[in-house]
Amino acid sequence: MPRGGPMGRGGNPTDKAKDFKGAMKRLFSELKPFRILVYIALILAVLGSIMSIIAPNKLSTLTDEISEGLVINTDNLKTITDTITSSLNEENMQSKIEEILSMNLSEDTITQIMMSSEISEEDKQEFQTVMAKMQESEASNNGMSYISELPDSILQVILPETSYHDIEISTEDKIEFLKAIGSLETGEVKEDAISSIPENIKKALLDEIEIDGTKISSEDQIKFIELMSSMTDETDETELYSKIDEMPKSIQDVIEPFMDMDAIKKIALILASLYTASAIFTFIQSILMTDVANKFAKSLRSRISIKINKLPLRYFDKNAKGDILSRVTNDVDTIAQSMNQSLATLVSSTTLFLGTIIMMFYTNWIMALTAIFASLIGFVFMFLILGKSQKYFVARQVELGKLNGHIEEIYTGLNVVKVYNGKRLADEKFDVLNRNVYEANRKSQFLSGLMQPIMNFIGNFGYVAVCIVGALLTMNDIISFGVIVAFITYVRLFTSPLSQIAQAMTSLQSTGAASERVFEFLDEAEMSDESSLTKKLDKEKVKGNIEFDNVVFQYDNNPKPTIKNFSAKTEPGQKIAIVGPTGAGKTTLVNLLMKFYEINSGDIKIDGISTKELTRENIHDLFTMVLQDTWLFDGTIRENIVYNNENITDEEVREICKTVGLDHFVKTLPHGLDTLLSDNDAVSAGQKQLLTIARGMTKNTPFLILDEATSNVDTRTEELVQKAMDKLTEGKTSFIIAHRLSTIKNADLILVVNDGNIIEQGNHDQLMAKQGFYADLYNSQFDEL
Amino acid sequence: MIKLLKNLRKKEWALAVVCLVLIIGQVWLELKMPDYMSQITVLVQTEGSQMSEIIKNGAYMLGCALGSLISAVIVGYLVSGISATFSKNIRKKLFDKVEDLAMSEIKEFSTSSLITRTTNDITQIQMLVAMGLQLSIKAPITAIWAITKILNKSWQWSALTGVGVVILLSVIATLMVIVIPKFKIVQKLIDKVNGVTRENLTGIRVVRAFNAEQYQEDKFEKVNTKLTNQQLFNQKTFAVLSPTMYLVMYFLTLSIYFVGAYLIKDSLMADKIELFGDMVVFSSYAMQVIMSFLMLAMIFMMVPRAQVSAERINEVLDTDITIKDGKIDSNTNKEVGTVEFKDVSFRYPDGDEYVLKDISFKANRGETVAFIGSTGSGKSTLINLVPRFYDVTEGEVLVDGINVKEYKQDFLHNKIGYVSQKAVIFNDTVKANVSYGDNGKGEISDEKIKKAIEVAQGKDFVEKMENGYETQMSQGGTNVSGGQKQRLSIARAIARDPEIYIFDDSFSALDYKTDSVLRKELKKYTGDKTTLMVAQRIGTIMNADKILVLDEGKIVGMGTHKELLKNCEVYKQIALSQLSKEELEDA
Repeated sequence: MPRGGPMGRGGNPTDKAKDFKGAMKRLFSELKPFRILVYIALILAVLGSIMSIIAPNKLSTLTDEISEGLVINTDNLKTITDTITSSLNEENMQSKIEEILSMNLSEDTITQIMMSSEISEEDKQEFQTVMAKMQESEASNNGMSYISELPDSILQVILPETSYHDIEISTEDKIEFLKAIGSLETGEVKEDAISSIPENIKKALLDEIEIDGTKISSEDQIKFIELMSSMTDETDETELYSKIDEMPKSIQDVIEPFMDMDAIKKIALILASLYTASAIFTFIQSILMTDVANKFAKSLRSRISIKINKLPLRYFDKNAKGDILSRVTNDVDTIAQSMNQSLATLVSSTTLFLGTIIMMFYTNWIMALTAIFASLIGFVFMFLILGKSQKYFVARQVELGKLNGHIEEIYTGLNVVKVYNGKRLADEKFDVLNRNVYEANRKSQFLSGLMQPIMNFIGNFGYVAVCIVGALLTMNDIISFGVIVAFITYVRLFTSPLSQIAQAMTSLQSTGAASERVFEFLDEAEMSDESSLTKKLDKEKVKGNIEFDNVVFQYDNNPKPTIKNFSAKTEPGQKIAIVGPTGAGKTTLVNLLMKFYEINSGDIKIDGISTKELTRENIHDLFTMVLQDTWLFDGTIRENIVYNNENITDEEVREICKTVGLDHFVKTLPHGLDTLLSDNDAVSAGQKQLLTIARGMTKNTPFLILDEATSNVDTRTEELVQKAMDKLTEGKTSFIIAHRLSTIKNADLILVVNDGNIIEQGNHDQLMAKQGFYADLYNSQFDEL
Repeated sequence: MIKLLKNLRKKEWALAVVCLVLIIGQVWLELKMPDYMSQITVLVQTEGSQMSEIIKNGAYMLGCALGSLISAVIVGYLVSGISATFSKNIRKKLFDKVEDLAMSEIKEFSTSSLITRTTNDITQIQMLVAMGLQLSIKAPITAIWAITKILNKSWQWSALTGVGVVILLSVIATLMVIVIPKFKIVQKLIDKVNGVTRENLTGIRVVRAFNAEQYQEDKFEKVNTKLTNQQLFNQKTFAVLSPTMYLVMYFLTLSIYFVGAYLIKDSLMADKIELFGDMVVFSSYAMQVIMSFLMLAMIFMMVPRAQVSAERINEVLDTDITIKDGKIDSNTNKEVGTVEFKDVSFRYPDGDEYVLKDISFKANRGETVAFIGSTGSGKSTLINLVPRFYDVTEGEVLVDGINVKEYKQDFLHNKIGYVSQKAVIFNDTVKANVSYGDNGKGEISDEKIKKAIEVAQGKDFVEKMENGYETQMSQGGTNVSGGQKQRLSIARAIARDPEIYIFDDSFSALDYKTDSVLRKELKKYTGDKTTLMVAQRIGTIMNADKILVLDEGKIVGMGTHKELLKNCEVYKQIALSQLSKEELEDA
């Protein structure tokens, strides 16, 4: 997310380094001063990744803990059921019931019954019949059923109030109990009958159970039995769970799912600290990398800036300005950006990637292969598309370049386009190019837009594959459920770094190309070292002799020498004019004089000392140079005039302005000398030239060079300047190059140059008298139209 | 931005609607997936689940994923088509508009700004449409849909998600408020770094001549430090974003689970399973909600930038074309080759001062009328009124006796052979450059081209070039010298065979000799053609039939060289600044 500019101008996608490995090696060796910070950042990135691998595991543990809370305690449920069942089984029941009833059928009782006057004859009759039946079936245990057939009056006698396990059981209760179970053939207690059993008998029937410290009363047990009785084998879990909600508290307590809240809290705490730590690591890491990247970028920019001033001029003849500029900004920016993002991403993604693979294989190799294979299919597909789209990205760049070129051409030449009726032609070409850009745009955008959806699909595909294979393995008892859960996260972790790595790699590619260009520039051969030169000319003491001695000079990219055996000599204080057609080598002579270029052979001497023995700095100190190109920079008028000459007072600046005729212009400006030139387009070409002349005047030197210095000034203004210049050049040796011959007519020496040679020399009158090249040139001004 | 979007045609809108439908489908499928996902999770976690159940749910889920993929691919295809078409149409519209702008309007915008508007600004807009169209449809739909899916599950969870969204959005909003204005500063500083480097490069000779290397380096270091510090501030501030996003997302999941644990614990047994399922589903929906808010935030970050571009484009598109085409497209008048100015005054639309005031003169067939004056005297503006680069503010300009405004522009231009001050060379062959345009007389023959180049004194250098007349010129003609470029552009005017030649200071790039020979040859070749020329050199114009001396937009002298020398002080001054008294008298 953090990017350089609002646009985050990334590297050109088509960029490729010639020697990627070399470029990266160089980049890293240049990073040495920042090494420790980079290492710390990268270690933090690795740690962050490791946490990312741990965190999902913890999260799945948390999920497991929570899901524990869904599963009822089947053990306890079973215990309860078993206990109740065993206490209710036939044998126990039989004896228990007998014990509870503790029927009194002794001789006395029978006699008592038979004698009792309160008992009707009918009942007595009944009693005898039952007794007889009971005797018949003595052997069997189910005499109980007969008892229940006895009339109440008799039962009251034979079932005295007794106590069972400290529970007082009244006769009435016993009768009721008998009635309830009476319908039974066996000793088993039917559930629907149980409810009508008196409370204290129920208690007596079912012993209290204690599970995990929770006591389950007989009552609760009975309720449990009632609820469970309504269930069949087909009853599903939800129904079971809703039954549980109706169960008595004691049973719920025992069989309800147990969620270990302490464990959950602990895991949550661990997770929270993992997340926080990981976030802090990421934060520190990105702060560190931002710091390193920007400081490194700054140092690169500074180095480029310094380098510019150390390169020989011939470098700039061969290389476009725009190219150097783009190294300072775009390339350095690309490097900074990719360091800021790609480097850490690459390291953390690789860690994540490898870590996940290791974890997967460690957990289960079949699942690991499944996850990797499922993701790989998708990635192969994706890389195919990526490879194909590369072509369209290149095409897009190329087509856009062509279209922009056309637009620029038409806009800048619009007046010609209009008046030559070239609009149709321009439109036709525009339409074709626009169409091409459209096609390339559409395709490249479509393909690059595919990445995200495909990534999503790969993720989902991996998820399903892992689940299915996992389930299969679980059924065959090869792995546990936890493994699947773990793999679900692994598969997510595994797919995301791959695409990040792919992205980081592409970005590193352009970084490679960018750093190659930057270092190529920084490695460019510099101007010759001059520290061994000890001779120095003091500008106060220089007399002003200059001698060209058989000078030969050839530009690197030129097949022919521009200056051939040039020899000339000047006297102090002379005004020397150099004239000749374009391309004759006039400006080159000046360049050589200023030691901007090294001459191939011959020598140039100042006061008899070869310029080869003088430092460039020393020579530049001796010359004032005003060029045809009006070089002004963003800044105030004052800054542009004073430039690096710090000892100039405002008074002097005003004086100079007056001399070159700028004072009126300066006065009309809103802020006078402090007016910014950048936002003032009102400055005409002529005024700009006057400003550069003014700048030249701030420098007091023995030599003066005017290279077409007044070409943009109209002739009347030029005359004014000329006068000022003449004052300036008084006593100085000056070199004047001019197109307008009127400018140089009063020169002491006119050198007529053609094809790098002096073909004529002398003053104006001498040359006119010669009727040669100069005279021809001069007279052509007045030729008949 | 919205205004620009109106440029989408019906077809594109229809496609956008299709996209909308597809995206809704896509969102539906994507939101369906968590259901199956949790189903699978539950199945896997429950012992004794049927394999076929898992496969069935897996297949459903994959089906959803595949459906969403297909839908995304189609949407991607449509959107890339829409955005590419959109940018194509806007670019075309803008290009056409710029072609029709008057020079004054172009000056106001500046050519380089117009180029940027037609190239970079449109690319910006296209990017927004490409990314924004999908996101701005998808994000709100996903957000709202996902919210409705989870809203009735549990208020605790919803509250948590709400808190997450609020935290995230407030962090993003704070960052935007802090950093976005700083981005503009960064851009300015980058421009400054560029500017200082550029100035060092363009003025390399001056820098060295003044031994000002250290000065430049200090200057660079100053902006470099400023830029670096600003960048550091911005990027470090932004470094908060990614960990915050991470924290919000993961803490949200964690909190949902943690709160979920308590909810499950305290719920009835019957609700537990459902709650658990809800929890798993909720956390994935909550992620969707967060993600879609993030996407929305992204759009909000992109929009202001594109907005600036959109405004810049609209500014051009909204400019009224002041130069309206006339109707006349055939010669009806008997007059041929005349140019007449009747009380012409001109000022820029928003200018206060007149650039030209009360100009009246007439150039008859075969005459040469020259204009001279100091810089800013209005001479270029004057002749630019003839081909209607500007329209007069007052008065009228007549060509062949008819007001130029009444001509169809093509027809008017066919009468004119114009050579600009700065030679214009197209990225094409020498031949194509000379035969450029359409003169209403059919294609220009090779012979004529060669002849034109010969007259323009370009034969020697053209034939010396590697491929002669077929040599490819680089853009801006950087592979030939200034004088050579000017000769080619003069040849272009000659090849056109016009009635009226207009030379806007076209000879100053030539040396005296070439200048003089060229004019002689031209005169021979053109014969009775009318010529209007602006010049700085007295030598160039002294033989003109009529010389107009301009000063501050007014005619201060009119006549022949000799007449003017006698009665025009300004002319005399100009002449004397170039030639000596004797020379003037000799000539």
